[in-house]
Amino acid sequence: MFDEFPQIDNGLLRDLKRAIDEGFRAFTRSYGDAIETMFDPLRHFLNWSEKLLTGTPWPIIILIAAGLAWFASRSARMVIGCVATLCLIGAFGMWDDMMKTISMILTSTLMAIAVGLPIGVLMSRSDRVQAVVNPVLDVMQTMPPFVYLIPVVMLLGIGKVPGLIAVVIYAIPPMIRLTNLGIRQVDGEVLEAADAFGSSRWQRLVKAELPLALPTIMAGINQTIMMALAMVVIASMIGVQGLGQPVLQAISNQYFTLGLFNGLAIVGIAIVFDRVSQAWGRRIQKHRGGHHV
Amino acid sequence: MSEPIGIEIRNLYKIFGPRGADYVDAVNRGMTKQELNDRYRHVLGLRDINIDIPAGAIQVVMGLSGSGKSTLIRHINRLIDPTSGQILIEGQDVVGMTPQVLREFRRHKTAMVFQKFGLLPHRTVIENVGYGLEVQGVDHAARDKVSMRWIERVGLLGFETKYPSQLSGGMQQRVGLARALANDAPILLMDEAYSALDPLIRYDMQTVLLDLQKEVRKTIVFITHDLDEALRIGDRIALLRDGQVIQQGTGQDIVLNPADDYVANFVQHVDRGKVVQVGSVMEPLGINGTAPAMMVKSDATLTDAVRQMMAKGVHFLEVQDKGGKPVGRLSLERAISVAAGAA
Repeated sequence: MFDEFPQIDNGLLRDLKRAIDEGFRAFTRSYGDAIETMFDPLRHFLNWSEKLLTGTPWPIIILIAAGLAWFASRSARMVIGCVATLCLIGAFGMWDDMMKTISMILTSTLMAIAVGLPIGVLMSRSDRVQAVVNPVLDVMQTMPPFVYLIPVVMLLGIGKVPGLIAVVIYAIPPMIRLTNLGIRQVDGEVLEAADAFGSSRWQRLVKAELPLALPTIMAGINQTIMMALAMVVIASMIGVQGLGQPVLQAISNQYFTLGLFNGLAIVGIAIVFDRVSQAWGRRIQKHRGGHHV
Repeated sequence: MSEPIGIEIRNLYKIFGPRGADYVDAVNRGMTKQELNDRYRHVLGLRDINIDIPAGAIQVVMGLSGSGKSTLIRHINRLIDPTSGQILIEGQDVVGMTPQVLREFRRHKTAMVFQKFGLLPHRTVIENVGYGLEVQGVDHAARDKVSMRWIERVGLLGFETKYPSQLSGGMQQRVGLARALANDAPILLMDEAYSALDPLIRYDMQTVLLDLQKEVRKTIVFITHDLDEALRIGDRIALLRDGQVIQQGTGQDIVLNPADDYVANFVQHVDRGKVVQVGSVMEPLGINGTAPAMMVKSDATLTDAVRQMMAKGVHFLEVQDKGGKPVGRLSLERAISVAAGAA
């Protein structure tokens, strides 16, 4: 009698699932359009940034990338590595896809910062908020990403905006967590000093807490970028263009080389983003570990 | 330059814990720190503190670690809220201030120096020194001008664009001091400001503070666990133990008339010759006929008097008050026996 687990009656289970699905469908029917218009500015921004990146002549893009790498690291090796990676990906015929992917990554990272930073700050302010947000983040990070593609698609259909939202949901937890952690770790005496001189709460936040938490927050941004890159492949299932789509094609058609090339291109971009952002993070805090005169 | 203002601390209690206010009465009736902790899991921080700090004086609060001295100083600018009691400054109770009033009070009336400096590591020296003015809304040019003056005054000229991590501990605390002084607040709070410095630098910084005090005349509350530092700097000293004031007075009072064994034990290793003034141990004039050949001011220390007698080879000094009127006499024997702790 212990062969089968005593489960809920099949009919009841079916009804339950159907009820939830229908409820959500009804919600989508009545509010889907409204929600879609709400995200209109986002779609415009996405289209604009994609057009900007794909429409700009490649030499200019390479120059800008080299300039950014130099600004971030002040290292010729970094600049050469960065330029070489871009050229290599372009030479293998993936330039346009790469631009689309970079546009997606930049937009989703900006959005993750814009949403994640305030949430992280709120979390650091109150243990109660932390106790509520933390389990939500746990769920977001462990839920298979395919699962939350479903409601996003039901609500917003297939395309860039739902893809972006899926990417942001997937990539935002480290941003929130590390902002919270960074602010909580700020030296108490420095904050006392800020208070003792009569800082307002806002002054304390922008003049003391955020700058002191910046190294940790930078680590959060770095992780967010990496996770966004990983999610780009999955999000291609719901119509996000870029380097992910050929990978998806390669899976269904067993094109090993196509998959490998695009996969390697994603790895290349990831390395460039990672190294450049880390070098920048190190440079803006170089005096923290300074030596005595 | 702002006029110095006094601080009156009245019946101040601090009990740490979620229901601290409920136990003030119990503590008042004599519950000890130990009992409160064992039975109610609340920590007694301060018990019935009453200190009057005159305007322009240096008040030292001294005690060993855990005595509540850092807790006490944080009540003056309300970095810590008291459980009950009053802190009166210019007739206003700091305890009752709204957040806005408190912020203005902190901006203009008090400045603080911290044990571990509390500097902002991402800002240069000049940006740190100007912090107080910056939160007040003073514009960039004006605050750099003020900052430079204080940077120069504490001896850091040439270091204004360095970051704190590039400076030694003593130099970092000079930045902390300059930051506090740049505020031009009448009250200066120094929380074990020199405890993290090594002895020679600490002595230097004490000298810097005493020199500055001659110029700027602030009301200074100085926390320390070092008795020598307390005696050198303090116009008045309050001794704290287990959150209570066990004695307050001038350094000389405490050394000559310790209130109990604990204080006596504390002060027994002090070099009394440097603390005790001639005026408080002199004998009346005219015990015997011989008129002393030399004189000494009554606020000179015993060490100075002995040195003077040794140099001239005399055994008696005439003690004069500030106006030059003879008020007593001091024998070499008496001076040495008091300085050695025998009398």
